[in-house]
Amino acid sequence: MNKLNVLTLAACVSAALTMAAPLSAPAADKIVISNWDGYMPEDLLSNFEKATGIQAEHAVHATNEEIMGKVVASGGRGYDVLFVSSPFAEALKQLQLAAPIDHSLIPNLRNLYAEAGQLGYDPGNTFSVPYAWGTTGLCYRADLVSGAPGSWEDLLSPQADLRGKVTMLSTDRWLMAAGLLSLGYSVNEKDAARINEAGDLLIEAKRHLLSYDDTTFYSKLVSGEAALTHAWDGWCNYGIAENADIEYVIPREGTDLWVDTMVIVAGSENREAAHRFIDYVLNAEVGAWVASNILYKVPNKAAMDALDPALFTQFPNLAMKPADLLRQEQLRDLGETQKAYTRMVTKILSSR
Amino acid sequence: MGGRLKNGLLLAPGLGWLGLFMVVPCAIVFFFSFFERGTYGGIEYHFTLENFRRTLDPLYLSILLDSGRIAALATLLALLIAYPAAYAISLAPRRRQSVYLFLAILPFWSNYLIRTYAWMVLLNREGIVNRALASLGVIDAPLPLLYNEFAVVTGLVYNYVPFVILAVYASVSRIDPALREASEDLGAGAARTFLRVILPLTVPGVVAGCVFVFVLSIGNFITPDLLGGGRFLMVGNLIYDQFLTARDWPFGAGLSMMLIGIMMALLFIQAVMVNRNAAVRE
Amino acid sequence: MKRRDGKGGGGLLRMAPGVHLGAVYAFLYLPILVLMALSFNRAGLPTAWGGFSLEWYGKLAHSDAILSAAANTLIVAVVSTLLAVAIGTLLALGVEARKAGGALDALLFAPMIIPDIVLAIALLSFFTALQFTLGLHSIILSHVVFNIAFVCAVVRTRLKAFDYSIIEASADLGAGPFTTFRRVTLPVILPGVVAAALLAFTLSVDEFIIAFFTAGAGAGSTTLPMRIYAMIRFGVTPEINAMATLIVLASFTLVFAAQRVNRGIIGG
Repeated sequence: MNKLNVLTLAACVSAALTMAAPLSAPAADKIVISNWDGYMPEDLLSNFEKATGIQAEHAVHATNEEIMGKVVASGGRGYDVLFVSSPFAEALKQLQLAAPIDHSLIPNLRNLYAEAGQLGYDPGNTFSVPYAWGTTGLCYRADLVSGAPGSWEDLLSPQADLRGKVTMLSTDRWLMAAGLLSLGYSVNEKDAARINEAGDLLIEAKRHLLSYDDTTFYSKLVSGEAALTHAWDGWCNYGIAENADIEYVIPREGTDLWVDTMVIVAGSENREAAHRFIDYVLNAEVGAWVASNILYKVPNKAAMDALDPALFTQFPNLAMKPADLLRQEQLRDLGETQKAYTRMVTKILSSR
Repeated sequence: MGGRLKNGLLLAPGLGWLGLFMVVPCAIVFFFSFFERGTYGGIEYHFTLENFRRTLDPLYLSILLDSGRIAALATLLALLIAYPAAYAISLAPRRRQSVYLFLAILPFWSNYLIRTYAWMVLLNREGIVNRALASLGVIDAPLPLLYNEFAVVTGLVYNYVPFVILAVYASVSRIDPALREASEDLGAGAARTFLRVILPLTVPGVVAGCVFVFVLSIGNFITPDLLGGGRFLMVGNLIYDQFLTARDWPFGAGLSMMLIGIMMALLFIQAVMVNRNAAVRE
Repeated sequence: MKRRDGKGGGGLLRMAPGVHLGAVYAFLYLPILVLMALSFNRAGLPTAWGGFSLEWYGKLAHSDAILSAAANTLIVAVVSTLLAVAIGTLLALGVEARKAGGALDALLFAPMIIPDIVLAIALLSFFTALQFTLGLHSIILSHVVFNIAFVCAVVRTRLKAFDYSIIEASADLGAGPFTTFRRVTLPVILPGVVAAALLAFTLSVDEFIIAFFTAGAGAGSTTLPMRIYAMIRFGVTPEINAMATLIVLASFTLVFAAQRVNRGIIGG
């Protein structure tokens, strides 16, 4: 075969490394977890250490793309468990950088909703375990928007008084999804003509935007600078926590179901400890602590059942049922089509 | 004579470092530009020139031109602000000069992201600047200060002004005060002294400062994203997206090579002009 | 050093530089004042005000992650600055003495032009191929790469039209190369070296992409910018503004203390 890639190269390097170091003592029980900062309770790792005696270190990454780039370039050396969104977990698997999940080492998998074991990118949780899940929709100030928004159209061609007070996500998959969904297409659409059609719509929509914003949109809602934003549900909750007039809605055309997963790195030297970490996270009390701490839904039935009901009143999107979530389309890795998406997003963002 | 050898010893550590930690690693990445992206990222070793053909896409060329224009504007403004400041510092008593330099750079030991957030607080529609102007009766309706080219340029100028101050200071402080006095004693006014004596001597600092602002601006991607509201793409965004979002290393490498080629050509032209200038003066 | 006061019509023009300098400092410090104010923001929002609170300073005091990241950043910045200043200054001396252009100039400009992400991926691939263990030291090695270029460029501006005959004169008078460097060359280029060091330190303190890629896995080599960007998804909390406020105030105090001591010694 002519197809040698960087990863096989990296795999050879790590294989050589393993063979070169048989004399070194078996690695002490220590694992490295990479996650977004603040995406798990601060005391989670120290509690894990107390419960299991396994030392866990917290590394951080800013985006899926960055940790992916780092793992691809280095073969993932040094990392044991990565928190990434599902399309990235899928790509890690395709690049042979994800270790198989051994269910016998994670008894707490039974705490997950049945639906969480049937996700399209990884049915049966063979290489990834879901950590949090949710939807993308509209997060808005009910007191500043006349009539509740209910369609992607409301975002793409806002009513006159909302023009210049709307923000959209610019992360490629979610930006494209807003256009594709409003046209009734799949969020994983691969047809070039349809991608172009969605792109044209999004270029048109740019005229009415205040800005693209993936990081501070909830803050703009609180200050009143924006009235309607394209948002991830869990993130909308940070706005709701500051201002009760902020609400979240899923447009009637439907949306995507995003899943953030835990993946064990193929090169992990301590896979057993990595499995025990995942098992610990899936524990009912730990899961409930995670959900109430980060305000994102966890796909953990036992944990959601244990959650303080007051949270469901304050943050209604936390109460969304798995069956409703599963009705939304799941983001998949696009393979070759990714190039077309990236080019289209570049075109949209640079258009005048 | 040992001149050549001594010169070699001065150059060796720097060239060795750059050779080992820049030339060799980057050669590997640039080598990728002759191959194809694998389906899920990674490289497939099929030789192709496709990546270079793609860099000629008018979409990417227009981004290059546009970000070149924004970077040039930021460079010009940064120079107009920084030059007189550096000159003023060089006029201060000698032992105060380094304190002034410290004070100019010290705000930049905070963090880029939160400094940028601070600008958002200042410039947004409900922001401090708009409120101040409104309460002074200068404006009736809020000015659109944020999420446009003005905000991007302001952010770039703000972050890179201190670098120009440092570069210009390094060359302006070299000027012997006696030179200025001599010029004035000969009857030249302050303005004339500046234009005919000071300015020509500080060209190297001006050029270095401008290069800093230009290259750092064109490669920036946080300022256009936050202060430009994501409406502008700099070349930095473009290349970053190819490597990380698209996981298309071969094309990212191709684009980078094009960028580096263009910048080298510009720098070469600039160097030729500076040298010709110097030759004329000497 | 004796300075002449403005005479005649030049007086107003003489004052202009000082006025301008004041305005520039106001511009540079304006966002910092906002940032300081936000460190007392009750709401955990990066850009909206929610009332006065000291809680973020309390949280910061207990946040080992942020404090250790700040310490790591300081180590990386100080060490990479020292290395880059030493190497870059020698390089500038060597290059300017040769008066050579072309390929060497291109090589020296390259680290400034190469996009960060390219250098980041290139270095990580390189270190991985060599099975080089990653950590703070690999970030330092990488930061020195671009800092050499910036230091060299600043010091070179100082060396343009440097009179090399004084070096020869010094040698003719029997001074060794080190004495010549210390007594003749260094005093001339010192302001340039100081400016270059400040520039290198500042670039290193803020650098994020290359640091992320060349850092080892784990908290031991996480720098402050890495930590701050990783907070983006959950919201950058005012703890970071509190941290930045303390950094700025501490540097401020240091500079003024140094100035005081300096004045005491000189007796001015």
